[in-house]
Amino acid sequence: MNFERIKEKLNILADAAKYDVSCSSSGSKRANKNKGLGDSSGMGICHTYTEDGRCVSLLKILLTNHCIFDCAYCVTRKSNDIKRAAFKVQEVVDLTINFYRRNYIEGLFLSSGIFKNADYTMERLVAVAKKLREEENFNGYIHLKSIPGASDELMREAGLYADRLSVNIEIPSEKGLKLLAPDKKREDFIKPMQKVKNEIIQYKSEKKLIKSTPIYAPAGQSTQMIIGASGETDAEIMYTSAYFYKQFKMKRVYYSGYIPISYDERLPSIGTEVPMMRENRLYQTDWLLRFYGFDIRELLNKEHPNLETDIDPKLSWALRNLEHFPVDINKADRRMLARIPGIGMRSVHKIIQARRYRKLNWEHLKAIGISMNRAQYFLICDSSTFETKDRTAAQLKSLIMGTSGSKWRGAYSNQLNLFGSNAPLTTS
Amino acid sequence: MGMIDQYIYDGTFEGFLSSVFEVYERKPLVVKIVSERIATENFFDEEHIIYTDQVKADRVWKGIQTKIGKKAGDWIYRAFLSEKPDRERVLLRIIKKGFLGHRVTEDYADVDVLRLSNLVKMVGREKHRMDAFVRFKLTKDNVYFAEIEPDFDTLPLNAIHFKNRYADQKWLIYDRCRHYGVYYDLHKISYVKLEISKDINTSEAAPFYFTHDEMHYQDLWKNYFKSTNIPSRKNMRLHLQHVPRRYWKYLSEKQP
Ligand code: SF4
Repeated sequence: MNFERIKEKLNILADAAKYDVSCSSSGSKRANKNKGLGDSSGMGICHTYTEDGRCVSLLKILLTNHCIFDCAYCVTRKSNDIKRAAFKVQEVVDLTINFYRRNYIEGLFLSSGIFKNADYTMERLVAVAKKLREEENFNGYIHLKSIPGASDELMREAGLYADRLSVNIEIPSEKGLKLLAPDKKREDFIKPMQKVKNEIIQYKSEKKLIKSTPIYAPAGQSTQMIIGASGETDAEIMYTSAYFYKQFKMKRVYYSGYIPISYDERLPSIGTEVPMMRENRLYQTDWLLRFYGFDIRELLNKEHPNLETDIDPKLSWALRNLEHFPVDINKADRRMLARIPGIGMRSVHKIIQARRYRKLNWEHLKAIGISMNRAQYFLICDSSTFETKDRTAAQLKSLIMGTSGSKWRGAYSNQLNLFGSNAPLTTS
Repeated sequence: MGMIDQYIYDGTFEGFLSSVFEVYERKPLVVKIVSERIATENFFDEEHIIYTDQVKADRVWKGIQTKIGKKAGDWIYRAFLSEKPDRERVLLRIIKKGFLGHRVTEDYADVDVLRLSNLVKMVGREKHRMDAFVRFKLTKDNVYFAEIEPDFDTLPLNAIHFKNRYADQKWLIYDRCRHYGVYYDLHKISYVKLEISKDINTSEAAPFYFTHDEMHYQDLWKNYFKSTNIPSRKNMRLHLQHVPRRYWKYLSEKQP
């Protein structure tokens, strides 16, 4: 192996791939077989964290950053004057195996700029995955980013080797897409997603009848949207997201704050801050939808098209719906417990277990680890003193904001100070 | 004031279980189980040396698993690995409560259960960190070698994880604090007591122990780590929260 050459390629192609925020390596059920290499049946491990605090779990690279398209928001776009490079299939295989054996990574996240055409590119991505599985008996995690417009046959094959497949929507609305990525059509994303969804459904039903049915994309599919590049409201973004969760049974939708990369007039100019707080609020909303039993219409609607930035969406909902509070900790069902600000799903679980043995009071709740400065205004328990005087939403908000130093505010202002360089964004 | 019986055991999990056996056998009024590493003489306690007895330990272990539950057994073992000075006291109380029918993995409002679950969480977190932070280096003998210095004695837990994952390569993970390692020879894992020279970590000695390609892969990994960072999102506070400085020593990507 020519290590110097590989190093140069790795620098270019890792740099170009880093704007895809997904780094999940969990959800697969692929166990080690025949005493081969690797196992992805566990939770997925972050082997290290970058200096921006993101999990490094996978070797995340592009096969090449040559691209025939010119998506305005992407650093790899044809018109951008940058260094280009391309890995050979075997080089990616060797890197993956050698990194994996040293316990640097959980597996590979492979994506690519589009060279020649969609299928030609997709074929090479699939070839890497196939080699890893069949020649190296590799059971680590593989995430392939599908190329928009790839054929059904290739998507079928991809799922036989990959744990997860994704196609990034990137731009939440169709009008935004038309403006910023004129080469791309919405159906080019939709078609591979639809195919993957159908294959997964088919796999699940066949598996029941025939045990030996080859496993198909066990960690499902995901997608990503860029936030703040094309003027959508939070409601537009989250309704799109909810649609993709439902329509395509997505495992995850990722939100990536736009990092300005060019002087293109269609986009926020260089120097505009990365909307990290907004990104965080969208993730919180996403969690409320997936794990807390909220409906999107409760959180975002015509009256509230955007999330509040100074408080989290659950608190925001509670303040708009004070008639549901206070909640009795010792009686309420799981759904209502989960709606109390300051109580996470873990605490809900602990409360439900612990209250089978005794009535819970403030001391118990503190011991369980509930964030009292929020929760105290919204619940009653087996104690005689309560913080549930009649207060208006505004009063409550200022009380809570006054006492709870948002762990985010610190990090956020820090961000602003450090905001110096401008890094580019995303691929495919 | 009556005497306190002090049961001194060898610090192993089997030794602790043997002590528990003796507690049920001899029924002392007030008892303290103490690892010999920590035991100090004092005038008020009556000392008893407890010899580790595999048969007695097995009986207690079986009893825990069947009467208190598999999950409780797992928790008790993990909490034991914390090496915290109060572990014997808490675990003995937990085991007693468990044998009386108390649900020791559920009643979070009970102080002992809470402490148990905290210990389990601490050990679990450290175990998980070691699963993540082990960095193997390929030696010239074709063994993937790594060193760790975990806050708690997590290596027995890590060993299972690595055996499942690296079934087709020989590896050795060495706990430099506790001076023992786990070696996998392609068939089984074994615990090995050994001293490994500290110089194995120096860049001068590296070419002597490790393969030529090894240096290149470490270099590639360091490069990857740099390239995948997004400077405009830099957040060192978050970074340090996830990768505290005390773990940097063995992380290839953190070497100069
Ligand atoms: S987003 Fe994909 S298709 Fe568009 S320019 Fe970037 S690499 Fe090419």
